[in-house]
Amino acid sequence: MRKLLVELRAGESGIIVGVTGGFGLQRRLATLGIRINKKVRMITAQPFRGPIVVEVDRTHVAIGMGMAWKVLVEAAK
Amino acid sequence: MRILLMGNPNVGKSVVFSRLTGTSVVVSNYPGTTVEFTKGTMKVGKKRAEVIDVPGTYTLEPTTKAEEVAVEMLKDGDVVINIVDATNLERNLYLTLQLLEKKVPVIVALNLSDEAKHKGITIDVKKLEKLLDVPVVPTVAITGEGFKKLISRLPKAKAHAYRHTDEQRWEKMGRIVEEIQTVAHRHHTLAERLGDATVRPLTGIPVAIGIVALMFFVIRFIGEGLIANVFDPVFGAYAPVAMRMSEALGSGGFIHNIVIGNLIDGGIDFTQSMGLLTTGIFVPLAMVLPYVFAFYLVLGFLEDSGYLPRLGVLVDSGMHRVGMHGFAVVPMLLGLGCNVPGALSSRILETRRQRFIALTLMGIAVPCMAQLAIIFGLVGSYGVGALAIVVATLFVVWVVIGLLLNKILAGESPEMFTEIPPYRTPYWGATLKKLWMRTRHFLTTAIPFVLLGVLLVNVLYSLGIIDFIGDIASPVVVGLLGLPAAAAGALIIGFLRKDVAVGMLLPLGLSMQQLVVASVVLAMYFPCVATFAIFIRELGIKDTAKSTLIMIGMALLVGTLLRFVLGG
Repeated sequence: MRKLLVELRAGESGIIVGVTGGFGLQRRLATLGIRINKKVRMITAQPFRGPIVVEVDRTHVAIGMGMAWKVLVEAAK
Repeated sequence: MRILLMGNPNVGKSVVFSRLTGTSVVVSNYPGTTVEFTKGTMKVGKKRAEVIDVPGTYTLEPTTKAEEVAVEMLKDGDVVINIVDATNLERNLYLTLQLLEKKVPVIVALNLSDEAKHKGITIDVKKLEKLLDVPVVPTVAITGEGFKKLISRLPKAKAHAYRHTDEQRWEKMGRIVEEIQTVAHRHHTLAERLGDATVRPLTGIPVAIGIVALMFFVIRFIGEGLIANVFDPVFGAYAPVAMRMSEALGSGGFIHNIVIGNLIDGGIDFTQSMGLLTTGIFVPLAMVLPYVFAFYLVLGFLEDSGYLPRLGVLVDSGMHRVGMHGFAVVPMLLGLGCNVPGALSSRILETRRQRFIALTLMGIAVPCMAQLAIIFGLVGSYGVGALAIVVATLFVVWVVIGLLLNKILAGESPEMFTEIPPYRTPYWGATLKKLWMRTRHFLTTAIPFVLLGVLLVNVLYSLGIIDFIGDIASPVVVGLLGLPAAAAGALIIGFLRKDVAVGMLLPLGLSMQQLVVASVVLAMYFPCVATFAIFIRELGIKDTAKSTLIMIGMALLVGTLLRFVLGG
């Protein structure tokens, strides 16, 4: 099922299928491994619109909500 | 020859640097320490070569200030040692491929190769070397494994001028990694589970509160232990010596007052006499140093273990309310040690607005350990309740002014986007080296200023200047704050050294309420001169003036309110 990255529950995984937003943002996200066809796993989402933490390539990345909103994933079943 | 160390953040680049050069550098885990680059020298064959620790970067298409610096530096490098994290080859190779497009000789240090083994990652180094067509040497920076080989193969570094588009780079990396790396499936380690638990709010927030509480408990334990077992005995033995000097100087007079100070009940009181060789050395060594040492020991451990980025994530949304983001915990924590390094580390915040807010809040409501140690000693004698009023007042002021500045100043805080490194056992060599450098910084900067402060107190008193200023300032000091006019002297000296200033309150015989008001006002009204100089450098004259006006205004407002609330 397709959803926003921020909609993944803690422990849930998904494959990134798209990044909306400009080329600059796509490039910046890609440097830390957030790019199309990458598998990500949600570690935690902080309350009050705080950042989310996801696992990608065995490393953890913290992403602010505004950026994380622009990432689309195909959730694993 | 100029050697550049380049690599992603958190790959142990700084440890590699201190190993190659052997000079003292600050090594730690949180993002931002290397935004100011470090330089050193090493021997290559018979020649001296310059080694530059370039700020960590993920890409040569700069997305941050630190990366811009990195790209600039690349232009002047003769050879690049590209430090690559063996536990995360794919992402790290992106930078490697970009470096191979720049016609600069490159050698790859495959660092953290021990950690990769633990994680079940096997890398075919020979094949990687062949595919990249540059030397690849596995290293373990914290033990020094592989360094001899790295240095001996340095002349073999090879330049390329490949051309890739972004897509081609990703594709090539994927192919390389597939060919040379195998990952065995394995269960999560304890450190990883701990890493997850400390960043999830439900478990992480209680842990964070526990860690902060433990931090203060440990600091007090070490600080008091050092005082009771080392400094009290030392100054106990020194007291008769000082007494003999006092007698030799005739037990009174101008010189005696400056060197030994006032005799209290016929004897020397190290906290009150205010002489250069009594209070002047007792305050920095026996009252402040134990706590400063303990604080930096604990902080260094927190930095090098990798906990601070997790704390940053937990407090991020709160920090946004006061106009900063999660990583602002780093300057704030450092500021608790000393505002000078605290203010300097505010550079990890990207925008000028964030830095203005961070510095203003630090100047107003983050007392340094030197000042805190004296406040603990003075106010603490009235019990924990009195201390709690001081600390809680400063905290509320910090929050309220932060909320206000965030509302008033135009602009927003950028979002957090960062790697969270795994927990690592600190490399004790580097942690202790950092502790030593920070302690030395305290000793060399604090003691001259304390002595100058004590000297000035004596000179100003004997010339009657402090009484004169006390008279002028009495509408404020006496009228608004309810303090004796002589407290104005502390406000003047507070510009030089806050710890000496708080110490000057002791002979005034203040009530608990007055002591609380005076401590809070002294903490808030103005930064000490060393911090003030950094403010001017970081913010410019105009913004420093703004920041200072906020401080003075708020100090008077809060001090007056506190006086009437406490009924002093």
